[in-house]
Amino acid sequence: MIDAFLTPFSFEFFRNGLIVATVAGALCGLIGVYVVLRGMSYIGHGLSHAIFGGFAASSLVGINVLLGAGLWGFAAALAINTVTRRRPIGADAAIGVITTASFALGLALFALFGGSGGSFDALLFGSILGVAPLDVLLTGLTLLGAIVVFVVRYRAIAFVTFDAEVAEVSGVRVQRLESLLMLVLATSILVTMKILGVTLIAATLVIPPTVARMMTNSFSRMLVYSTAIGAACGMVGMITSYHLDVQSGPTIVLTGALLFGIAYAITGANGLRRAARLDHHEAVPVRGPVTPSAEAAAR
Amino acid sequence: MSEPLVDISHVTCGYGDTAAIRDIDLQLQAGTFTGIVGPSGSGKTTLLRAIAGRIPVAHGRISMAPGTRLSYVPQVESVDWNFPVTVGECVLMARETSRLLPWATPEEKRQVGQTLERLGLAGLQGRHIRELSGGQQQRVFLARALLRRPQLVLLDEPTSGLDVKTRHEILHLLGELHDDGLTIVLTTHDLNGMAAHLPHLVCLNVHVVAEGAPREVLTPDVLQHTYGASMDVLDHGGMPVVVDAYTGAALRSAS
Repeated sequence: MIDAFLTPFSFEFFRNGLIVATVAGALCGLIGVYVVLRGMSYIGHGLSHAIFGGFAASSLVGINVLLGAGLWGFAAALAINTVTRRRPIGADAAIGVITTASFALGLALFALFGGSGGSFDALLFGSILGVAPLDVLLTGLTLLGAIVVFVVRYRAIAFVTFDAEVAEVSGVRVQRLESLLMLVLATSILVTMKILGVTLIAATLVIPPTVARMMTNSFSRMLVYSTAIGAACGMVGMITSYHLDVQSGPTIVLTGALLFGIAYAITGANGLRRAARLDHHEAVPVRGPVTPSAEAAAR
Repeated sequence: MSEPLVDISHVTCGYGDTAAIRDIDLQLQAGTFTGIVGPSGSGKTTLLRAIAGRIPVAHGRISMAPGTRLSYVPQVESVDWNFPVTVGECVLMARETSRLLPWATPEEKRQVGQTLERLGLAGLQGRHIRELSGGQQQRVFLARALLRRPQLVLLDEPTSGLDVKTRHEILHLLGELHDDGLTIVLTTHDLNGMAAHLPHLVCLNVHVVAEGAPREVLTPDVLQHTYGASMDVLDHGGMPVVVDAYTGAALRSAS
């Protein structure tokens, strides 16, 4: 039985895939905390579609696909962030408009000028078992960069995510920091999209922080838990996919969903209530000392 | 008189084409404790946000003494109470650091502990902000503001939604901080609380109706112009007490 479990580790493609799935899971879990707490859970899904448009455009123009698609994704992320902060429309609508337009442009360009069928499919559905050493390197470097950003700018990130207006008054350069986080997000999606595919990235950005939120009331612990949960989902999902002979993307997402169920069973209604309100940034009215105290007592 | 800490000169600003405040002319001296009172929609929060630099000034000018460190305490109603943040994390997030590592230094831990203790929050560092009473929640955000060691603190409705005792405690605490030399500007609906605790009031209704000591500005005429309603002002041991006109008439006839 142990031999059967260890068999896939003798294959290089599996080892590469396992490393990338784990690293990509950790990366998405980390940046996902910012995404989910800002109420932009849909952005992962949207940005991966937007980057698809950038991929099409840059491959037709003939520039480096990673660079072109990355810049395109970064521009889309900045546009979403700007529209969301200025609040003429909600975050969900901003993401919907900007990213679907970009995705549609990509489809139109492929239809008009043709494109590589293999690359097209890989981008849409991911190809975790066809991971090249360069993908391992890029994903690892992106995770390292994201960790550096979150460690060095931790207090400012917490402040901006919690209360951007007061953070700005307190001297935090909010727009610059948000642009940096959008760059990390766009890069994360770019390097993991090839592995997980356009359709599965959203889950890896949303499930780990949601489970982490159910487990803790602390921002710092949520960052650590979400990163660890993302990595665990990537690793367990990848191993499971080999043994069940199911595609790795779905098993990674289903592993996350299973963890969500376990967290719910352990934390009960309190955990679910915390997670359910992740996107609700409108104020919860505080009418006086009685209500919060009563809630605290009930816990 | 020395140069004001904040000089608001004929300021008009608002949202879109609508001016929320018009032709505001105020000078806030260092070490003063000022309450801005007025009805809903009178521009109290807009004025605070304009001082904080959060709203572009359409006309006029707001200038601050060079090097003034400013802290802003938002309305508790605008806070996302479900955000995963403990009291300790919330207070520390406003503390700037040039270090590469995010965790608190022993000196920062000492400062956080001291600040929380002074505000009556000792032992609550690990609690989630939602698990606190209304007064404690208000004090957490005050602690966050104080940890920056500001010269000027702006508080938007710090007594909103609090019971009478807690309201008194918050105003008393702010009075102590003012005694230590902090310049404080707050907005409120609580006229009598202001009269009891603050030395300087600004009555606002889009423009400044009156400003000065509570005894000077809390008059039926000023209140009529500020709130557009008849109010009476009674004297209670030398302190003005604002009541509605019917209650005032009843009390006068009874006495």
